[in-house]
Amino acid sequence: MAWWRRKRAVTGEVKKSVPKGVWSKCPSCGEILVESDIVDNRSVCPACGYHHPLTARDRLASIIDKGSFVELGMGVEPEDPLGFKDSKRYRDRIKQAKKKSGESEAVIAGTATIGGRPVGVGVMVFAYMGGSMGSVVGERLTRMLEVSLERRHPAIICSASGGARMQEGILSLMQMAKVTAAISRLREAGQPYISVMHHPTTGGVAASFSMLGDVNIAEPGALIGFAGPRVIEQTIRQTLPEGFQRSEFLLEHGHVDMIVQREALRDRLDYLVRILTHR
Amino acid sequence: MDGPTLEFERPILDLERKIEELKRARGSDRKLIAEIDRLEAKASSLLDQTFAKLTPWQQVQLSRHPARPYTLDYVERLTEEFVELHGDRAFADDEAIVGGLCYFDHQPLMVIGHQKGRNTKENMRRNFGMPRPEGYRKAKRLMELAERFNVPVLTFIDTPGAYPGIGAEERGQAEAIAKNLEVMIRLEVPIIAVVIGEGGSGGALALGVADRILMLQYSVYSVISPEGCASILWKDGSKAEDAARVLNLRAQDIKRLEIADEVIEEPRGGAHRDVDVMARRLQSALARHLSALRALDTEVLLAQRYEKFRRMGVWSERT
Repeated sequence: MAWWRRKRAVTGEVKKSVPKGVWSKCPSCGEILVESDIVDNRSVCPACGYHHPLTARDRLASIIDKGSFVELGMGVEPEDPLGFKDSKRYRDRIKQAKKKSGESEAVIAGTATIGGRPVGVGVMVFAYMGGSMGSVVGERLTRMLEVSLERRHPAIICSASGGARMQEGILSLMQMAKVTAAISRLREAGQPYISVMHHPTTGGVAASFSMLGDVNIAEPGALIGFAGPRVIEQTIRQTLPEGFQRSEFLLEHGHVDMIVQREALRDRLDYLVRILTHR
Repeated sequence: MDGPTLEFERPILDLERKIEELKRARGSDRKLIAEIDRLEAKASSLLDQTFAKLTPWQQVQLSRHPARPYTLDYVERLTEEFVELHGDRAFADDEAIVGGLCYFDHQPLMVIGHQKGRNTKENMRRNFGMPRPEGYRKAKRLMELAERFNVPVLTFIDTPGAYPGIGAEERGQAEAIAKNLEVMIRLEVPIIAVVIGEGGSGGALALGVADRILMLQYSVYSVISPEGCASILWKDGSKAEDAARVLNLRAQDIKRLEIADEVIEEPRGGAHRDVDVMARRLQSALARHLSALRALDTEVLLAQRYEKFRRMGVWSERT
């Protein structure tokens, strides 16, 4: 179907995340499109289905019931425990990241409802230092998971992260174990945990909570894996095959249960929460 | 001492070699004996001086020292009747991780560790201590086996990191590591992890979720290798020395950040200069921690393990 005849998807709560302008060229298919058509379609290209990155707030709004979100751990903020400095000081990177993303750290966590059923939910903010996980991401996600455990809610984490944050050194690495520990408690209590992997999900985030969903969902075309493609290429001195570490590759190799289009994600999460909690 | 050496060790080793030569030629020559005494004092103080002001990068080099004792060197000295167990029951036996049953202090123990090779041939076999998913799945299988028979688990950490390769990704490197974290946090037997050399990122942590985290004095533990960090943040892999400084990856840093429980002092000049002494020190630390952990009820053990990791991290809270 030609894009101009295509019926617009339900807009839900998605706000503008594509930069302003009347026309926009799709980076995937090169089609010139009316900006507002992309935005109205949850930032999915109406011509080729390319998923433009969504801001974390938009992503959150697109999966939960309107007005149901109660944020947890907002006051938990980063420190600079190592006094880290490379070409820039970590403290300055934090300030920049806040400004760039409009968020206070690389995850938004809290409670909400989906189809009227309560859930714990965490959404990673890729625009904040590449969604990297330091102490704050670990603490906010752990609190959300512990609240979910206490209230007997299922939990959902939407990942978009390059991995553990170098600037907090070993403390970042340990957040992998910390968040996983909280997930393990949910598991023991028989409460579902659903992992949704967006573009990109790699490193220590992939190698901890992202891969541990009772159900693992991937967004179409997302890069998902442990090692980044550049590191692998340097190690094996070969060019990587087309589509390597993309969602479709992960589905084929048995690492995710399903690939879900953005516009179908909310309904799929609703279904999983409903069927797994018998409610 | 013969064998491979690091640049900053060389002046010390040159002196020591000279002393050896003089000792062979000494006879009853009073002058030579006096010279030997003088040189020995000099070598000794040079060793102390060098090691008193090691840079973080030098410590990284020591942690990777080609003569450094590896997992099987400690297994041989610390345990009895070690029997290796192989394979993940699904795909392969990854020899970058070794594991098996043994006796420690006359009691059964499951020991699992990264294993590096001493030469090119061994390193091909051990993949330089970089496990593929099969290695982690073997480790998981052995931990669960230990749990079924109420046997505590000891892990040795010594890896540059999990192997970044096509096959490793196809077979789920990320999931294999993640699963080990989950299994270790709820394993119903005591776990002690010892970083004996390089603690490289997620590939190390996959054997590192434990009731006690011990580190040898010149070992390191890091979220990323200094080279990797330098190539990302400085866009220049040769800035590894700078990266090593800012990453706070030395055993004493990890202890200060309240991740490691104890740093075990190495013999003068590093574990490779006296493996037996190192093994004895490790033996006594392990025996002490193991008996403390054995005394705990499983419920308490697991609650304490959860709390240990729950507390990790540094943040501030705005109210």
